[in-house]
Amino acid sequence: MIRSDAPILLEICDLHACVEDKAILKGVNLTIRAGEIHAVMGRNGSGKSTLSKVLAGHPAYQVTGGTVRYRGENLLDLPPEQRARIGLFLGFQYPIEIPGVSNLEFLRVATNARRLEMGAEELDTFAFEDVVRDKLAVVQMDPAFLERSVNEGFSGGEKKRNEILQMALLDPMVAILDETDSGLDIDALRIVAGGVNHLATAENATLLITHYQRLLDVITPDYVHVMAAGRILRTGGKELALELEERGYDWVDQELAVLESSAQGRTPVEVG
Amino acid sequence: MVTLPVAMASTAVRSSSTLEAWTGDLIASLPPAAGPLAPLQEQARAALLELPAPHRRQENWRFTDPALLASTSPRLLRPEQGAGTVSPHLRLRFDGSGDPLDGVTLPAGLEPIAGAELHQRLGSVLEATGCAHHWLTQLNQAAAEHVLALRVSGVAPPLELLLPAGASDGVLPLRVLLVLEEGAELELLQVHTASGASATSLVLEAHLGRGARLRHGLLAQGHPQASLLAQCVYAQESGSDLSVVSGCAGWGLLRLEPRVNQLDGAAHTSLRGLQRVIDRQIADTHSQVTFSGPDGQLQQVHKAVADGQARSVFNGAVRVPRQAQRTNASQISRNLLLSDRARIDTKPELEIVADDVRCAHGATVSRLQQDELFYLQSRGIAADQAARLLQRAFCEEVLRELPAMAAAWRPIDRLLGEA
Repeated sequence: MIRSDAPILLEICDLHACVEDKAILKGVNLTIRAGEIHAVMGRNGSGKSTLSKVLAGHPAYQVTGGTVRYRGENLLDLPPEQRARIGLFLGFQYPIEIPGVSNLEFLRVATNARRLEMGAEELDTFAFEDVVRDKLAVVQMDPAFLERSVNEGFSGGEKKRNEILQMALLDPMVAILDETDSGLDIDALRIVAGGVNHLATAENATLLITHYQRLLDVITPDYVHVMAAGRILRTGGKELALELEERGYDWVDQELAVLESSAQGRTPVEVG
Repeated sequence: MVTLPVAMASTAVRSSSTLEAWTGDLIASLPPAAGPLAPLQEQARAALLELPAPHRRQENWRFTDPALLASTSPRLLRPEQGAGTVSPHLRLRFDGSGDPLDGVTLPAGLEPIAGAELHQRLGSVLEATGCAHHWLTQLNQAAAEHVLALRVSGVAPPLELLLPAGASDGVLPLRVLLVLEEGAELELLQVHTASGASATSLVLEAHLGRGARLRHGLLAQGHPQASLLAQCVYAQESGSDLSVVSGCAGWGLLRLEPRVNQLDGAAHTSLRGLQRVIDRQIADTHSQVTFSGPDGQLQQVHKAVADGQARSVFNGAVRVPRQAQRTNASQISRNLLLSDRARIDTKPELEIVADDVRCAHGATVSRLQQDELFYLQSRGIAADQAARLLQRAFCEEVLRELPAMAAAWRPIDRLLGEA
């Protein structure tokens, strides 16, 4: 839902980032307002997963330039846990298995960290079980998964449902879902997408990172951005995703080649 | 660095002579041999004066300096009066100073062993596991005046054994003998605590008859100045099932020696151990499992957490001689290194002569996984709390296997110092 007067939740300006001295993000610009659903598409290696990890504060990535403001606050100054507490959520492409840590306990500790930040009371074990059972319905998840270790032995689909369950519990303002559709069969995709749609409101925003159009058949984006070589190359409506699906990513390469050659053309000028 | 070996050697010589002097002082301070164990005491005192004290030039003390023991006063520990304890199951308190069965009415399935049978039984499992003449064994025998000796028949009720060293300084020698008759079953939880500069010396022998089952939990929470030297030795007849689960933390010096002999093979052994060390603590587990017949099984998991400048040692010997065909053994050592200055030494020691066997072993030493930490942090959990959660999870894998009655001790909180 696009409303030009909606408050800006996330504002990314000229973001540069690298991992192990390799530049991955080379000037990303993106503004997300309340109520919007954005999709970032692109080939593998275009930098879209890096963007999600940088926003969440993964320690392996260094920001080398640019700014990110979350509801007016400098996001990059905050440790990852604080970003989560104030309402930024990253749904992992590959959710981590943590043997020995009970899923239920993990969900409770995480939920309470967010609740404390919002000035709500912490939930004890019993109160939390009631809350979590309600939220399980959002992703049609079997309560038996609460008793297991975090993601341990979960199938791909179960892991992704567990991610959306966490999203439902943490009630984020900005949810970044990194390749949430990867590894899902069509039924699981429908359940996960149903959860995301259910959680999207006029007050929050969703950033979908995806490779394929098929996720966008079930979650309708307001904006589609095409990423290549660490930048957003083009922005459009949902029809841009359809165009990508039809034409493939080859034309992106062509546009990129034009861009790079003009950039190379500029280089001597900058040096000189 | 030519000087290094020389310097190390001279330290070792000094250490062992220190420990020998300490042993001499200890023996001199002991009351005259008395009680049911008097003959053993006399033999061991004589033997100790002849035996060289262990030192770091010996392979099995390479990483752990036994001379640390000499920081404890060379005298018997005077036990404090025990507080009355209430427990839903049978709880025995044994502090070495008197007969632990005095005034105790044992339930059906447990009866004391005394007299000629006691003397015939004592030491036989030590012999079977090859440590009857070790210095640590002799030290215990020289000083121990009492023994808790029990015969188990049928399905015995769970038994909890409290072995508190208290806050005193001195040596606490504890001797336990368990004889499980054919088909007998026992769940035992042994709890060691210390809050001063004591040295607890434990020798526990257990004989498992055919088809017997023993679940033995050992929970030991120490003190930075306290030592625990524990030899837990087991002889298993065929068809028996032994499960040992240990959780130890907080000892200045811990030396744990679980030893098992499957006398005729065809038995099942499970050994799970967790040791946690911080600051300058040392924990050292030297285990040994011998298959003296075919078709034996072993599952062994040893875990360690080392922080600060602490040191953890694991040496896991598995012996599979020619007659032990079709042995199926697995051993894994998993270690969590939480500081740059902590140290972990882990070594499997497999001696396999039989040709038709499956013996798997492995060892890992790792730090907390960055991806796991980040995942927890990305859910609003602070870095230090995330690290604690992961450390708990690492420890829980072993501690959850303790006998159910251990829950009252909150083992995980206790061993992580959060109780």
